[in-house]
Amino acid sequence: MTVSAAEARYDFDEILRLVRPGSRVLDVGCGAGDLLERLQREKRVDGRGVEIGPEDVAACLAKGLAVMQGDAERDLAEFSDSSFDYAILSQTLQAMRQPRTVLCELLRLADRAIVSFPNFGHWRVRMSLLTRGRMPVTRALPETWWQTSNLHLCTLRDFLELCDELGLRIEAASALVRGRPARAMDPMRPTENWRAEQALFLLSRPTATATSGPDQADLFA
Amino acid sequence: MVEVLSKAQRETKAGVARLAMPLHLDSGAVLDEVEVAYRTYGRLNADGSNAILICHALTLDQYVADPSPVTGKPGWWSRAVGPGLTLDTDRWFVICSNVIGGCMGSTGPASINPRTGRPYGLSFPVITIADMVRAQALLVESLGISRLFAVVGGSMGGMQVLEWARSYPDRMFSAICLASAARHSAQNIALHEVGRQAIMADPDWRGGDYPSAGVRPEKGLAVARMAAHITYLSEAALQRKFGRELQRDGLSWGFDADFQVESYLRHQGASFVDRFDANAYLYITRAMDYFDLPAAHGGQLARAFQGAADMRFCVMSFTSDWLYPTAESRLIVRALNAVGARVSFVEVESDKGHDAFLLDEPVMYAALQGFLDSADEAMRA
Repeated sequence: MTVSAAEARYDFDEILRLVRPGSRVLDVGCGAGDLLERLQREKRVDGRGVEIGPEDVAACLAKGLAVMQGDAERDLAEFSDSSFDYAILSQTLQAMRQPRTVLCELLRLADRAIVSFPNFGHWRVRMSLLTRGRMPVTRALPETWWQTSNLHLCTLRDFLELCDELGLRIEAASALVRGRPARAMDPMRPTENWRAEQALFLLSRPTATATSGPDQADLFA
Repeated sequence: MVEVLSKAQRETKAGVARLAMPLHLDSGAVLDEVEVAYRTYGRLNADGSNAILICHALTLDQYVADPSPVTGKPGWWSRAVGPGLTLDTDRWFVICSNVIGGCMGSTGPASINPRTGRPYGLSFPVITIADMVRAQALLVESLGISRLFAVVGGSMGGMQVLEWARSYPDRMFSAICLASAARHSAQNIALHEVGRQAIMADPDWRGGDYPSAGVRPEKGLAVARMAAHITYLSEAALQRKFGRELQRDGLSWGFDADFQVESYLRHQGASFVDRFDANAYLYITRAMDYFDLPAAHGGQLARAFQGAADMRFCVMSFTSDWLYPTAESRLIVRALNAVGARVSFVEVESDKGHDAFLLDEPVMYAALQGFLDSADEAMRA
């Protein structure tokens, strides 16, 4: 995982708030299944997980969660179109080799995606780079450049541009700052790109409807 | 002296079920007076909802948790099945039956053909994994169980599990498929063919009619086992266990078993012929080679599982298993996902090769435990 357990849990509260009870949820990069467990307990979701680490997968199975070992960049193809209501990718997009492809995959297999990432446009990051002239090491990005698994860091504006390019609808956005409650934000406001330490988005395909299920014709394609 | 039986032993029951009707086989043949030998462990509860069927692998048998009467060795999965173990016989009623075509009491090529009064030999019809499962389903029915809580198996047992999910999804709640595949690959078939040719090259095989001559193709069967045994291990496991260690000081400058690995394989071959029938080996390997679930559904494995969308599956593979590698399990998982079944999949890190599923793999047992517990909870809900 790219964030500490405390930060992850903080992220989870906001995800739990956004997910409709009883929905079908895929948690991509579910780790040891902490979020899935809470989603099942508190939201009674039909939850599945994908996780690359075998120990974490085994831990999930031992907890009774339905989790598949797999690589988010390769194995999401195993899921058919619209087989979930939500696909969750918490704090992992920036560590992907092909974040754009992964984002498209999330919104192919689910009607909605919940994506969170550290905002590289946050003022601490900018100040750190400006004043020290070195890759920022901040609360949200605690590792040095050679330690980090983050490959594709982006700013809030970069992310908005990608969503626009992919034709994704932003249904909700929140700014997350550690130690404070999540704050709903208008991501278009330029100041948010300075203020939000981490950003969390609820995205949907323009065509997605709440009732759309897997198409029979596509099932076995 | 009074023999004190453990609780597990007291609750172990053996039987041979005579199927009430002839068994119609995939080949078109009909098998009369089919017998299925089985063991049960634990007690069936009042509503018959706690039954688990274990399907055995190629050369294993129904003695899953108590000593085999032939070898005297502990049951082949006694580390997993028993009171307080992963498949807890204090909770579950565990059934394991010998496959038809086998040689541990179920009807097979060594059985007497009721029409001729002589052993079937090669007149025994070719059977398939689906035929084995059909016989099991009749056995389960005769035990008064309308729905199994789980069907569990590894290797060929896993193939039977998949076949169960295809044929009888309404008679099972969950499925566990370990180190297996939905079809035999060219390599799988090739390796089996080596074994069959070794048996048939033995002069004592006598065209399969060796029982009437009072001989057994022991050399051929032993070679078949030696070759197969290598495929159940991994290069790393063999190297770790034997390396180039010698049996004695120095080389023999001949063809004795100089190396420990040779001696080990010879022992594996020699002990196998004491417990297994050569013709049964031909029939069962053939059944595995013929197994091809996707082909039976227009090349679309997902179609095989159309009825299993409401089931729970646990699929596992092992990193060093080159007989049924992870890619084969992934095909199964993909198909199950396509129909929306609830499927868990883990590739267990192990250097023990294909046989890992029978061995001490704590990660596997913890995952199995979690899967069974949550399935149990869901079934009661």
